[in-house]
Amino acid sequence: MPHNTVAVVGAAETTKLGVVPDMSQIQLHADAALNAMADCGLKPKDIDGVATAGETPVQTAHYLGITPTWVDGTSVGGCSFMIHVRHAAAAIEAGLAKTILVTHGESGRSGIGRGPRPVPASSLNGQFEQPFGPMGPPSLFPIPVLRYMKTYGVTHEQIAMVSVVQREWAGKNPRATFRDPITVEDVLSSRMIAYPFRLLQCCLVTDGGGALILTSADRAKDFPTKPVYILGTGESVETPMVSQMESFTSSRAFSVAGPTAFREAGITHKDVDHLMIYDAFAHLPLFGLEDLGFVPRGEAGRFIAERNTAPGAKLPLNTNGGGLSYMHSGMYGMYALQESVRQMRGTAPAQVPGAKISVCHGVGGMFAASGTIIFSNQKP
Amino acid sequence: MPEPGRALPQPTPETKHFWDGTQAGELRLQRCDECRHTYFPPRPFCPKCASRKVSVTKASGRAILDSYVIHHRKVPGFEPPYAIAVVKLAEGPRMMTNIVECAQTPEALQLDMPLEVVFEKQNDAITLPFFRPAKG
Ligand SMILES: [Zn+2]
Repeated sequence: MPHNTVAVVGAAETTKLGVVPDMSQIQLHADAALNAMADCGLKPKDIDGVATAGETPVQTAHYLGITPTWVDGTSVGGCSFMIHVRHAAAAIEAGLAKTILVTHGESGRSGIGRGPRPVPASSLNGQFEQPFGPMGPPSLFPIPVLRYMKTYGVTHEQIAMVSVVQREWAGKNPRATFRDPITVEDVLSSRMIAYPFRLLQCCLVTDGGGALILTSADRAKDFPTKPVYILGTGESVETPMVSQMESFTSSRAFSVAGPTAFREAGITHKDVDHLMIYDAFAHLPLFGLEDLGFVPRGEAGRFIAERNTAPGAKLPLNTNGGGLSYMHSGMYGMYALQESVRQMRGTAPAQVPGAKISVCHGVGGMFAASGTIIFSNQKP
Repeated sequence: MPEPGRALPQPTPETKHFWDGTQAGELRLQRCDECRHTYFPPRPFCPKCASRKVSVTKASGRAILDSYVIHHRKVPGFEPPYAIAVVKLAEGPRMMTNIVECAQTPEALQLDMPLEVVFEKQNDAITLPFFRPAKG
């Protein structure tokens, strides 16, 4: 795919984030979509492509009054929206659509307008994981952590610093759910959820949504917003069962999606000014930093503990506070994308001065899927 | 009313040999007749070379503890804290399981400790494979 030929021209989150019991899930999609359209001065009739997860593109298009010529319902968990952006860029380049809306909305906390999602007993997960006592992501996502720690000699204190540093970023963000500073001791004395992880190492559970509008870079110049160009993209999937990952010290999906995006963008790690790594749980930034090649294998714990990703340091990471402190509706990827767009527009609450390139890396399921988007605010 | 028990598997045509095996006291894997790859979970073709010529084999039942969490929340059929473990079988594949006859603590559950399979009947249709510290 050519670089810099597609741009984000509209971007917004729902007006309210956190606990929003007065909105159903489809309305959270719509609220974000209406805000994104208002952001760039478009109406539903101007949109000819719809991509979404959580709800189907049929539901979203109909609810918003859109008649699309292109839809994408890729639903592979929280990184679905990174993958939508990748597919949308390809669709715009191929001429399948001109103006694409990507929406996310999730009543993750209040559960309004969505049903339970049981694991079928006849699925592979239902047969070979569920009988052994998992209950959702907090019980399954941290399964690789002890192996990763033993392999590289990573300490509990080092991993606790992931939460501590991200809370420092959240402290700069008025929209963040949790903003009060925390210490390593606070993290390691919080309630045990699934050893080795405690409450402050697990994401929030909140309500909210976000939406993006993409069009060709040529048209982007006619919009009121500062265009944020798509420089490179990548995606992959590995396994629906965390127990069947090829490795517990690396994600194959990360290792495919991340480097694909870097190759496409034609950049190196030292070109990156700002980084988002989807942090549903505290080990994800560690795997992301290593699988994307920002640090050597086994070094990510030390890298974060030594404050290299903290405010003012060389690699600003998860500058909205992340899923650990900002918000996490369930499929958090959209909020990571929104923060990358804000950083590229120069409008983030914790703005990285002069940032020109932002890497946004997402995970879906329990290391099941991955999508990476590299943004730039530099004209093609 | 009795409390609901743990979630139980519902075998499919492709997995029936595995669940028949646990009822017979065997841990059954599959091996490719062409490239000799041993794999899990079950499917009637080799995930490495796509050959449909595969055979069911009886695993040794020996494994090591690869990784785990100790879950502290209540789940039907479980008394927290309990470990949700992944073991690496001597034949190569990994498998999720519970560790029995062992304290559910970080001190007792040492990574790489040798384990052996045990079978526990859940009802007339389903027997689950668990692992315990190896005795020999
Ligand atoms: Zn084979």
